[in-house]
Amino acid sequence: MKPTNRNGLTRLFYNPTARSLFFQALVLGGLLWFVLTIVGNVTTNLNARGISSGFGFLSQPAGFGISQSLIEYNETFTFGRTFFVGLLNTLLVSAMGVVAATILGVFVGISRISPNWLLRKISMVYIEILRNIPLLLQIFFWYYVVLQTLPRPRDSLSFGETIFINIRGVFMPKPMAETGFALYVGLLVAAVVGVIFLGQWAKRRMRDTGQQFPVFWTSVAILLGTLVLGFFITGRPIALDYPELRGLNFRGGMSLIPELIALWFALTIYTSTYIGEIVRSGIQSVSHGQTEACRALGLNEKQRMNLVVLPQAMRVMIPPMTSQYLNLTKNSSLATAIGYPDLVSVFAGTTLNQTGQAIEIITMTMLVYLTISLLVSAFMNWFNKRVALVER
Amino acid sequence: MTNQQDFIITLKNVNKWYGEFHVLKDINLNVKMGERIVICGPSGSGKSTMIRCINHLEEHQEGDIVVDGVLLNNDLKNIGQIRKEVGMVFQHFNLFPHLTVLQNCTLAPIWVRKMPQKEAEAIAMKYLERVKIPDQANKYPGQLSGGQQQRVAIARSLCMNPRVMLFDEPTSALDPEMIKEVLDVMVELAQEGMTMLCVTHEMGFAKKVADRVIFMDAGQIIEENEPESFFNNPQSDRTKLFLSQVLGH
Repeated sequence: MKPTNRNGLTRLFYNPTARSLFFQALVLGGLLWFVLTIVGNVTTNLNARGISSGFGFLSQPAGFGISQSLIEYNETFTFGRTFFVGLLNTLLVSAMGVVAATILGVFVGISRISPNWLLRKISMVYIEILRNIPLLLQIFFWYYVVLQTLPRPRDSLSFGETIFINIRGVFMPKPMAETGFALYVGLLVAAVVGVIFLGQWAKRRMRDTGQQFPVFWTSVAILLGTLVLGFFITGRPIALDYPELRGLNFRGGMSLIPELIALWFALTIYTSTYIGEIVRSGIQSVSHGQTEACRALGLNEKQRMNLVVLPQAMRVMIPPMTSQYLNLTKNSSLATAIGYPDLVSVFAGTTLNQTGQAIEIITMTMLVYLTISLLVSAFMNWFNKRVALVER
Repeated sequence: MTNQQDFIITLKNVNKWYGEFHVLKDINLNVKMGERIVICGPSGSGKSTMIRCINHLEEHQEGDIVVDGVLLNNDLKNIGQIRKEVGMVFQHFNLFPHLTVLQNCTLAPIWVRKMPQKEAEAIAMKYLERVKIPDQANKYPGQLSGGQQQRVAIARSLCMNPRVMLFDEPTSALDPEMIKEVLDVMVELAQEGMTMLCVTHEMGFAKKVADRVIFMDAGQIIEENEPESFFNNPQSDRTKLFLSQVLGH
C-alpha cells in the first residue's frame, strides 16, 4: 500500500468538516454579494427617478371606494386602512373556502370508494373534470357564465320574499340583537356546556358499566331545543332586518357580492377535488388486514371506520391536506381577475397604482401570505404530531 | 353415530369460485367441540380460503356452513353472531397500530360485548399474562417483535371469549426463533381444550396437538386422518409427495 503523504493544504481539502465549512462560506459570500448588488441597484434607480421610499404613504387618505369591507371603510380612510380591508377579505374567502372544500372534499372522497356504483362514477367524473380545468377559468365560469346571467334587481329570484338573488349578489335578512339577547346567548352557552358534560358523563358511564348512550342525537336535541325554545322564552331577542328593493338596488339586510360567491364556489370546488383524492388515498392506505381484523372481532362497519380506519387514515391525510389549505389561501389572490377586493386586488392593486410604492407594498403583501402559510403549517404540524403513530 | 348437535362447525358441500377459478370443491367437514384440527397442503390449495369462509371473511357460493347452530348466510345478524364466537389469528398479525397492546385487546370487548372498561382491562391483562407479555401492555404494536405481536393477536382474540379459534398460518411471517414462542402459546391453548382449526406448515405442531390432520389440494380435501396414521401411513400419492417434501428437509 502506498503511504498517504499529503501536505497540509491537501489534507485540509479532504477533511469533511473543513470542506463543508469552505463551501458554506462560499455560498454565503455569493448570496451576500447578490443582495448588496440588488439593494445598490434599486437605491440608484429610485434616486434617479425621484421616487421616495418609506412607509409614510400608509397614513395618507386613500380616496377610493371598496365594494366589500368587514370593517368600517370609505374614501376618506387611509391607504393603511385599505391594507386591513384587503387582508380581512382575503381571510374571509380563504376561511369560507377551507371549510366548504373540506366538507365537500370528504364527501367526494368517501363517495369515490363507496359500494354504490352510481355515486362512485359520479364522484370520479366530478374529480377528473374539475381538477383538470384551470382554476382561473373556473372563476371566470362562475362569475361571467353563471352569476352575470342572473336577472336585474327588479326581477330578482325571490325565496319567500326574504332572500333575493340577482346580478348584484345574494341579499338576506340581517339578524339584529334586541332586549333579552344576552340572556339568549347565555342559554345557548349553557346548552353547549351541558352537552360537553353529557359527553364526559357518557364516556365515564361506558367505562364503568359498559352501557352506551346515544350522545350525538341527545346533544343535537338539546342544542336544537335550546335554540328554538330559548328564542321564545327570552321573548324573541332577535329581529330580522329585511332587504328591500329601493330604486335600482336592495337596501338593508346583508348581502354577498357576486365576486365573493364566484371566487368562493370556484376555490371550494377546485380544492375539493384534491381533498377528495387525499381522503380516498388516506382511507385506502389503511391495509385490508385491518379491516379483516375488525370483522373477525365482530366490530360493525361504523365501528370499523370510526375506531380503526379513520384514526389511521388521518395521519396520512393531514400533511397533503395542509398543502391544499395553503394552496387555497394563495389561490384566493386570483380574486384580482374578477375584482373581488382581496389583499392583492385592493392593496397590491389599487393602492399600489395610486401610490407607486411598489417595493413596500409588494413586500408587505408577500410577508402577509408567508405569515398566513407559516401559521397554518405550524397548526397542522402540531395537529399531525398528536395523531402520529408511535413506532420503536 | 354422533348427532348433528355435537358439531360446533359443519361444512356441507361448500363450493366457492373466484370468477372462473373453482377454489373450493364440495368441501365437507365436521368439527366437534374441543377438537384440534390442523389443515395443510400446498399453497393455492384453498386451505386459508376454507377457514376464512367460516367467519365470513370470504363468501361461499354453494353449500351450508353452520357455526354453533347458526347458519351462515347473508344475514348481517347471523354473521355478527358467528364472528363474536369465532376468534381468528392472521399470518400478518393485523394488530391496530394506533392503539396500545391493552387497547387492542379491549376494543372489541368494549364495543361488541358492551363490557365496562375496567372489566375488559382485567380480562385483557389475564390473557396477556397467559401469552407471557403483561409487561408490554402499554406499548404500541410497532414497538414489539413479530413473535410478541402474534402473541398479542392471540390474546386479543381470546379476550372475546370465543368458542372456536381459527389460525391462518400464524407462524409463516415469523423468524425461526420466534416461531417457538408462538407455538408454545398455541400448544397451551390446545391443552386447555380450545376448539382450534389451524392452517400451518408446522408438522411438529400437528403431530403434538392435532386430533385430526386434513390435507387439501386444488380446492379439495384429499385426505384426513389422525396424525399418527396421516404421517406414517398416508393413503394418496399426492399426500405422500407433499409429506416427502415438507418432512424431507
